[in-house]
Amino acid sequence: MIVEIEKLTKIYESKLRVVALDGIDLELNEGEIFGLLGPNGAGKTTTISIATTRTLPNSGTVRIKGIDVVKHPAHARRLIGVVPQFNTLDRSLTVYENLYFHCRYFGFSHSHAKARSLELLEQFLLSERKSVYPTQLSGGLAQRVQIARAIAHRPTVLFLDEPSAGLDPQSRMAMWDAVAGLRKEGITVLLTTHYMEEADQLSDRLAIIDYGKVLALGSPDKLKSTFGAHTIFNLKLKSIEGLGPMMEELKSREDVSGVETTADGLRVIGTGADGLLPELVRAATSHGLRDLTITEPSLETVFIQLTGRDLRE
Amino acid sequence: MRLRARRSEMETTNLNSKIFVQSFIGLLLRDLRVLSRELPVFLARVGMQPLLFLFVFTFIMPRMGGTNPMAGGAGGLDFGTVLLPGLMAVAIMFSGIAAVALPLSQEFGVTREIDDRVMCPLPLWAVAFEKVSFSALQSMIAALLVIPMAYYIPATPVRADIHNWLLFAVVLVMASYLAGALGLFIGSTVNPRQIGLVFSILVVPITFLGCVYYPWAMLGHLKWLQYGVLFNPIVYMSEGLRAAVTPNIAHMPWWAILTALVFFTALLGRLGLKGFLGRVLS
Repeated sequence: MIVEIEKLTKIYESKLRVVALDGIDLELNEGEIFGLLGPNGAGKTTTISIATTRTLPNSGTVRIKGIDVVKHPAHARRLIGVVPQFNTLDRSLTVYENLYFHCRYFGFSHSHAKARSLELLEQFLLSERKSVYPTQLSGGLAQRVQIARAIAHRPTVLFLDEPSAGLDPQSRMAMWDAVAGLRKEGITVLLTTHYMEEADQLSDRLAIIDYGKVLALGSPDKLKSTFGAHTIFNLKLKSIEGLGPMMEELKSREDVSGVETTADGLRVIGTGADGLLPELVRAATSHGLRDLTITEPSLETVFIQLTGRDLRE
Repeated sequence: MRLRARRSEMETTNLNSKIFVQSFIGLLLRDLRVLSRELPVFLARVGMQPLLFLFVFTFIMPRMGGTNPMAGGAGGLDFGTVLLPGLMAVAIMFSGIAAVALPLSQEFGVTREIDDRVMCPLPLWAVAFEKVSFSALQSMIAALLVIPMAYYIPATPVRADIHNWLLFAVVLVMASYLAGALGLFIGSTVNPRQIGLVFSILVVPITFLGCVYYPWAMLGHLKWLQYGVLFNPIVYMSEGLRAAVTPNIAHMPWWAILTALVFFTALLGRLGLKGFLGRVLS
């Protein structure tokens, strides 16, 4: 195990008591890309902050290569690279200098730091922007520099916090390529995201978390086959009174595995769309069907099934 | 077996302290690079205040003749001589604030640029100590720049009269670290949006009441003020430099000055570090 997270809890005590982490257990294998998927406020960033020595947990431990990050933060920082949610590039230094001085902070000699920085500029297609200042970079480019900087000292584990937040689709693709490329270097990656496609595309394994708890853990395919070979129908109805008989009827069908009410209608979890769809429309028409959305089997349906809520809610 | 374990432990410690030193040097090199790029700005920043002060009070005023209250100065002494250590103290203090407080408040605030530096393999106190040390270096340069200015600008040249070089070096270093610690305290505790306010309600008063333009001994007629200003760390910076650079002017005893410098550096350093840790860790 490269990263061992054990019974991690974090409670923020201010005017409002917030339990950010409620006993998280995770283990990361060497070289894998591990995704933490959950809505905003699920505890993803808190988990990363603790693992990267920036937040102190109330209880529990995080060990990286056996080093306890709370007890030996300076040592642990040698083993980790971090790409934070925001652009934290040093505005007073050029792109090249950001990489060069980062290497110096990690004990590289001048020539070693120089060679490593030039190599990274090449690898991340940034050579042309060597002498540019961070404020002159687009969001996507800045993010690439941040990833290059985070792996410059050859960390064992790279933490990426919402790496594609605020990026345009094209930059997001480029970022995915860059992350997938890290596989070759054997770096273990922990990334947080609330984009389903991102988690699906990039991760070897992922954990779905909400309210500071791990709800499910496994490869995207395993999660889909365990929880989510389902299609989700969201029905918006004019009135949600007297839905009882309709729900009973639906529940008795073989191709329906769950029915629940939502704020403005009904959510039906089905195993196929073919026969069910016309049946749903027919049954719902008498309750004033206003809208119907169908979510095909995906991590999203897994998530909705596990948490009873949408990622975007 | 035990011996081997002890040995590997020692090797890890050696490796740790090697990286520790290299990492610290890395941070200093970064600051040096940034400063070298802004060298003209730096010189203008530290030089403008003493330059204008000396020009107005020791060059223009004496030429106006007549009843210039400044010309007579403190107790019949030349005002320029009184001013020299005071201006050095101000230069030291302003440098501490410009080199630590302002950048820190910005880096903690909007940009969070400090993140990469606090993520280097150093304990956090060492990252803060590097900031303060680099600021102290700038303060020393700023203070030393005042000496030639005081010689060339005034109508009658003011000479630094340093007999005790050890005292001078100790006071210069201590005062510079004190200024850095003050900068750390301000930069990590004051809300970035109110950093401008700090100048008017903190920096200006402690400068004017910091025995910069008059020696502390001359406050003898205003006992309440003479004792009141003892809480002001700038007093000891001015008095310390007065003792070292212009020993002929009445000044506090050196042991009192050094004790107070150590006390205030420790106090502000501790509070500053507390604020720094509070900003970095949650």
